[in-house]
Amino acid sequence: MFKKLLTTTVMSVAALGVSASIAAADVLEDVEERGTLIAGVKADYPPFGYRSDDGDIVGLEIDLAEDIAERLGVDIELVPVVASNRMEFLDQGKIDVVIATMTNTEEREKVVDFVEPGHYASGTNILAPKKAGFTEWGDLEGKPVCGVQGAFYNRRTQQEYGAEMIAFKGTAEAYTALQQGRCLAFVYDDAALLGQLDKDAWSEFEMPLETIDESPWGMAVATGEDNFREKLTEIVIDWHGSGKILELEEEYGINNTPYAKRMHEEYKDN
Amino acid sequence: MDIIYSWFQQLNETTGINLPVFYNTFDRERFFSGLLVTIQLSVLSLIASVVIGVVGAWLQGSKLVWTRRIVQAYIQFFRNTPPLVQMYFFFFGLSALLPTVENEFGFQQPILGSFAWACISLSFFAGAFNVEIFRSGIEAVPETTREAAESLGYSRLGAYIHVILPLAFRVCLPALNNNLVNLVKTTTLAYAIAVPELLYVSGQIWSDYANVPEMMTLLLLIYVGLVGIVVLGMNRWERAMRLPGYGT
Repeated sequence: MFKKLLTTTVMSVAALGVSASIAAADVLEDVEERGTLIAGVKADYPPFGYRSDDGDIVGLEIDLAEDIAERLGVDIELVPVVASNRMEFLDQGKIDVVIATMTNTEEREKVVDFVEPGHYASGTNILAPKKAGFTEWGDLEGKPVCGVQGAFYNRRTQQEYGAEMIAFKGTAEAYTALQQGRCLAFVYDDAALLGQLDKDAWSEFEMPLETIDESPWGMAVATGEDNFREKLTEIVIDWHGSGKILELEEEYGINNTPYAKRMHEEYKDN
Repeated sequence: MDIIYSWFQQLNETTGINLPVFYNTFDRERFFSGLLVTIQLSVLSLIASVVIGVVGAWLQGSKLVWTRRIVQAYIQFFRNTPPLVQMYFFFFGLSALLPTVENEFGFQQPILGSFAWACISLSFFAGAFNVEIFRSGIEAVPETTREAAESLGYSRLGAYIHVILPLAFRVCLPALNNNLVNLVKTTTLAYAIAVPELLYVSGQIWSDYANVPEMMTLLLLIYVGLVGIVVLGMNRWERAMRLPGYGT
């Protein structure tokens, strides 16, 4: 009796494992069968993914996720994620795809499969008064430059470009210090700075330098989901080629980023 | 020195204990400039806070009611609010109300920088405690001693400086010692307003190298050393000022 029970248990566990691996074998088929694409998105990162006044998740990346669903002919379900859980969710199969301002890094490459090219990118630039007339990174030499403590580019700004770094705990302090004239520039992520430039308070400021350390934000799928990843690659290339990313940037009030422009040039003839 | 540098590099390669402040020139320079800033900040605010304490305690005994009230208000404000909040208030709040000056790049900038504001707020914070510490010392001096000084022709100020304060000092040194040790440790708060002191530079180094445990340990040891120097100096002073038969 006991033996039989054990055998059955082992068999059923094995069967479960097999069926699970079959089910996980192709997310793309799963999505089509289910009729819903489950996407992990940010809900706290305007304008890429945020809550609208009536509580819906909206944003640039949400529009992209909806576009994927539309192309696949399925509905969309949005799952809010944060940096620390998004790869876990993907791994556990809670979501089919991550499209959540995720920078493509070597470390993450080991855990998930990134869709390349990236659909977006951010890099390092400065926010500075127009009057300062900065044109290249070398102009920062000997100048007080605000930053955020712990940012990796602080070292480079100080060591290579000779700036005098004044790093604060958060962005709010750094923006205030820049406005009070405690520094001549604020070195930070260009995507965030572009968002600020849109506001009236920063009308006398500009983002004058060439963006450095640009790294792409990739969509990601679980490892081994090659069919799905290839499908998404096609879609991303089409977004770049058709100028959809550039249009979305304009729609969300962001000045066109160098990355989006460059990718459009690269893929527009496809 | 080169032997020490290469030893730390070796240590990193073999054990993974990464202390770039000993083998990387850039990191070493910024770490030692951070140490220097911490020492400057400590010494300046230490001196200023003792001066505030001595002057404040004298004003507390003033015959003018408003002088006493102002000193009391100062103590209540600075002793009862967090030093970090005070620093933010001075640096971002109060400083915005002051006139600006033109800097070397032709831009308007606030008249005082982060180091100056850190010094001011730390001095006022520790000073508020020092006033009360000195008051405790003054009150321990017998009334008859003050009367004796006056009968010898001392003015109120003269009696304070030459008779009461030297005696009061002896009584309040242990409490003063405590407060000054606290002040040296509180200088780390200055990193919040971007004063490049030890914690600030260490924070930048450990975010560059992801060597938080090593830097934390180094930081702790350095503060133990710095506080040790203050305690040693204060204890010596205490011994040197000891009057046989006075106090304990």
